[in-house]
Amino acid sequence: MTETQILENKLDVYAIRQQFPILSRDVKDKPLVYFDNAATSQKPRVVIDALSNYYQQYNANIHRGIHTLAEEATMAFEATRDSVQAFINASEREEIIFTRGTTEGINLVAYTWGRQNIGEGDEIIVSVMEHHSNIVPWQILCKEKKAVLKVIPVNEEGDLIVEEYQKLLSDRTKLVSIAHVSNALGTVNPVRRIIELAHDAGALVVVDGAQSAVHLDIDVQQMDCDFFAFSAHKLYGPTGTGVLYGKKRLLESMPVFLGGGEMIKEVSFEKTTYADLPYKFEAGTPNIADTIAFKAALEFTSSIGKQRIRDHEMELLSYATSRLTEIPGLKIIGQAKEKISVISFIIDKLHHQDIGILLDNQGVALRTGHHCTQPLMQRFGISGTTRASFAIYNTKDEIDIMISGVKKAIKMLS
Amino acid sequence: MNEQRTIAEIEAEIIDEFSLFDSWDDKYEYIIDLGKKLPPLDDKYKIDENRVRGCQSTVYLVAESSNGRIYYEADSDAVIVKGLISMLIRVLSGQPAEAIIDAKLDFVREIGMMTHLAQTRSNGLLAMIRQIKNYALAHKIKNETTV
Repeated sequence: MTETQILENKLDVYAIRQQFPILSRDVKDKPLVYFDNAATSQKPRVVIDALSNYYQQYNANIHRGIHTLAEEATMAFEATRDSVQAFINASEREEIIFTRGTTEGINLVAYTWGRQNIGEGDEIIVSVMEHHSNIVPWQILCKEKKAVLKVIPVNEEGDLIVEEYQKLLSDRTKLVSIAHVSNALGTVNPVRRIIELAHDAGALVVVDGAQSAVHLDIDVQQMDCDFFAFSAHKLYGPTGTGVLYGKKRLLESMPVFLGGGEMIKEVSFEKTTYADLPYKFEAGTPNIADTIAFKAALEFTSSIGKQRIRDHEMELLSYATSRLTEIPGLKIIGQAKEKISVISFIIDKLHHQDIGILLDNQGVALRTGHHCTQPLMQRFGISGTTRASFAIYNTKDEIDIMISGVKKAIKMLS
Repeated sequence: MNEQRTIAEIEAEIIDEFSLFDSWDDKYEYIIDLGKKLPPLDDKYKIDENRVRGCQSTVYLVAESSNGRIYYEADSDAVIVKGLISMLIRVLSGQPAEAIIDAKLDFVREIGMMTHLAQTRSNGLLAMIRQIKNYALAHKIKNETTV
C-alpha cells in the first residue's frame, strides 16, 4: 500500500466530528468529551435532518392511507427495513421486525416463542455478563413455566468459559440467550461457536446485539442465530426504535405479541386473522419518524465502513488501556482476548460515583455504576465501575483529557 | 447552636460561603472536604433498616427526637454525596419537625448542586431527603395522636 492509499484509508476524525452538532457544545465551561457511547451514541446531522424532514415534509400514518403523504411515509419507513436487511444480511425483508429497541425485541421472543415452547423443567441458558434486559424476561418466563435458568460463568479476564457452557447444555435446553458483546466489559463473545453448540443440543439462540451492531460486521445468516435484537440509538440513530431479526419459519410459527391495528388481516368479534410477516408483530402506529431516520444512521455507518470504524476505535481502546494502566491503584475490569472499545475500571479506595461527578466537572461524560449488570458486578466482587466507551468521533486528545481528569479526581479525593 | 437558628438562616449562610468560590473545582474541593470531615456512622447503625437505596451510592440515615426537634446522623460510601449529606444535616438536624417537613432546601439549587438531586436514580441523596422528611412527618403524626 502506498502512503497516499494509507492516508486515504485513514479516517479523518475531525471531518467526522463536524457532522455531529452536539460535539461542539461545552459542559461546565469545558468542551464536551463524550465517552458514554455504549449507553447511547450521538447523532450525525444526516439523522437529525431526516427526522426533522419527515415532520416538516411528509408526516403521515403509514400503510393504510392512499394520499401522497401516507405513501411517501410508507415508502420511507419500508426503505429502512430494506436497509436493515442489507445491514445484517438477512435473507428476507419479512424477517426484520421493528421494535422500540433491544429490550422489546428480547421480550417479544420471551412472550411469544417462549410462552409457546417452554414448559416445566425446560432449561434456558444465559451468561453472567448479560444486561438485565437479557435476564429479567427469561426469569419471568421461567417462573411462569416452572423452567430453569442456567448461567454461563466468566473467567477473571472477562471471557466466557465455553467448557462450562458445554456442561450446561442438555437435552432439556430449549434456548440460549447471549450478548454478542458485553456492555460492561467490552468482551466479544464467540457467538458462532455458542450457536453451533446450542443447535447441536437442539436449542435455539437469541443474540443480544445491542452493543455489537455498531462495531462488528453482522451477518445473521453466517452467524446462524435464530434471533438477533438491536437498537438504533447505539448505532448513531434515534432513540425509541430497534430491530428484532428472526428466522422466517420461526417468526411464522410464533403467536402474536401485541394485539391492535396494523397486525390484523380481518377482525370480527368472533375471530381475528393476523397479518403476514413482518406486520404481524408490529401492532399499532409504529415509531415512524425515528425508524425513517434510522436509515440515515445505517447509511452513515456504512459510508465510513465497519472496518475503518473498528480500526479507529481499536486504536483508541489500546491507547486508553495503556494510559489508564499508568495510573497507580487503577484496575481495568475486563481484559478479554477480543474486545470492542469499552473500558471499565475501578480505583483503589475511591467510589466510582465520585470519579464520575468529578470527570463530568471536567466536561468528560463517563458512565458509572453497575451498568445494569448486577450479577456480573457480584462476580467481580465490586459494586460498580467507571466506564469509558468510544465511538467513531472520539480522539486520542480526548483520552488525554480523561486521563488528566482521572488524575485530578484522584488527587482531589485522596 | 442550631436550635437557635432557623433553616433559612443556615441556608443563607451556606449560600454565602459558596459565593466565595470562583470555580466548580473549588466547590467540589469544599464538598469533598466536608464529606471527609463528616463523622462516620457507627457500624451498628449500618443495617438494612437504615439504608437509603440509590442506584450507585448507598446512604445510611438514623434519626432521633428530643423536645420536638429531630436530630440526624448519616453516612455514605461516596464522598461527594457525603459532603452534600453533611450540608443537609447542618441545615436540618436539630430543627423542629414542622420546619423540616416544610423545608424547600433552595440552597441546593443556589449553590449549583441541583443536578445531584435530579431524578437520575444515580444517588441516594434525593431518597435521603425524602427519608429525612418522613422521619419528621412520622414524629409529627405520633405527637399529634398522643396529645
